[in-house]
Amino acid sequence: MHISLVPETLGHIGSFIVTNTLLTSWVVMLVLIVLAFWAGRKPKLIPSKKQNIFEFIVETILNFFEEVWGDKEKARKYFAFLATFFLFILVSNWFGLIPGVGTIGFREDEELVPFMRSLNSDLNATVAWAIISVIATQIAGFVALGVKKHLGKFFNFKSPIDFFVGILELISEISKLISFSFRLFGNVFAGEVLLMVMMFLVPYILPLPFFMLEMFVGLIQALVFTTLTLVFLKMATEHH
Amino acid sequence: MDAANFKEIASAIAIGLGAIGPGVGIGLLAGKALEAVGRNPEASGKIQSMMILAIAFAEAIAIYALVVALIIKFV
Repeated sequence: MHISLVPETLGHIGSFIVTNTLLTSWVVMLVLIVLAFWAGRKPKLIPSKKQNIFEFIVETILNFFEEVWGDKEKARKYFAFLATFFLFILVSNWFGLIPGVGTIGFREDEELVPFMRSLNSDLNATVAWAIISVIATQIAGFVALGVKKHLGKFFNFKSPIDFFVGILELISEISKLISFSFRLFGNVFAGEVLLMVMMFLVPYILPLPFFMLEMFVGLIQALVFTTLTLVFLKMATEHH
Repeated sequence: MDAANFKEIASAIAIGLGAIGPGVGIGLLAGKALEAVGRNPEASGKIQSMMILAIAFAEAIAIYALVVALIIKFV
C-alpha cells in the first residue's frame, strides 16, 4: 500500500521538478478552459440546452454569493475571482476520485508512482490557494478603504487595548494562511488515505460509501474555502 | 516500554485526543442550529449556511490533529 505525504516526482524540465500533482493541475486547467470556451461560444438570447446548463451553474453560484454577502453589487464584482476558487477546487477534488487517478502509474524501486494524483493532496497547492486568498483580501482592503484606514485596523495607537486588538488581528490574518491550507490539505489527503486503506482491505463494494463521502467532502471543502474567502473579503472591504 | 513502538502510539493518541473537542463542538453547533430552525423555520436557509461554515471551522481543528498524526506515522 503506497501512501506518501510528499508528491512524487515524475520528471524534470531543466531544473524544474514536475510532480504528479502538477500534472493533474494542468489536466484540470485544460478541462476547465476547454469547458469554458465551449460553453461561451455563440451565446443566444434564448438559450439552447447546453447554454442553459452553464447559465444554471453560474446563476446558482452567483445567487449563493449574493445571499452570503448581502450586497449584490460587490458580490458581482468579486464573482469571477471567487467562482474560480470554487470551480477549480471542486473540479480538482472530484477529479482525484476518477478511477485511474492515483492508481495507474509506473514502478520505481518497489513502490508505485502514480501518474496523476489529486491536486489538493499536495500541501504546496493548498498553501498556494491560501496565499492567493489572503493577499487578495489584503489588496481588496487597501483598494476599498485606502492604505491608512486598512493599516489602521492592525496598527491602532489610540489606546493600549486597541493596540493589542490590532496585534491580535494581525496574528489572526497570519493564522488564516495556516488554517486555509491545512483544512483543505487535511481533508483531501486524509480522504486519499482513507480510500486507499478501504480499497486495500476490501476491493469490491465496500469502498462505495467512502467514495460518496469523498465526493461530498470535496464539494463542502470547495464551498467552505470560497465562503470563507468571501466573508473575509466582506470584512476587509466594509467601512465600520 | 519499547521505544521503537512509541511512534505508533503517538500517532494514535494524536488523532484520538484531537477528535474529542471538534466532535463535541460540532454536536453543540448542530444542536443549536436545529433548535433555531425549530423556533423560526423561515430563517432555515440562513441558519443552514452559517451552520455549515461554523462546522467547517470546528472540523478544521480535527483535521490539524489528523495531519499531525499522519506526519508522525509517515515522516
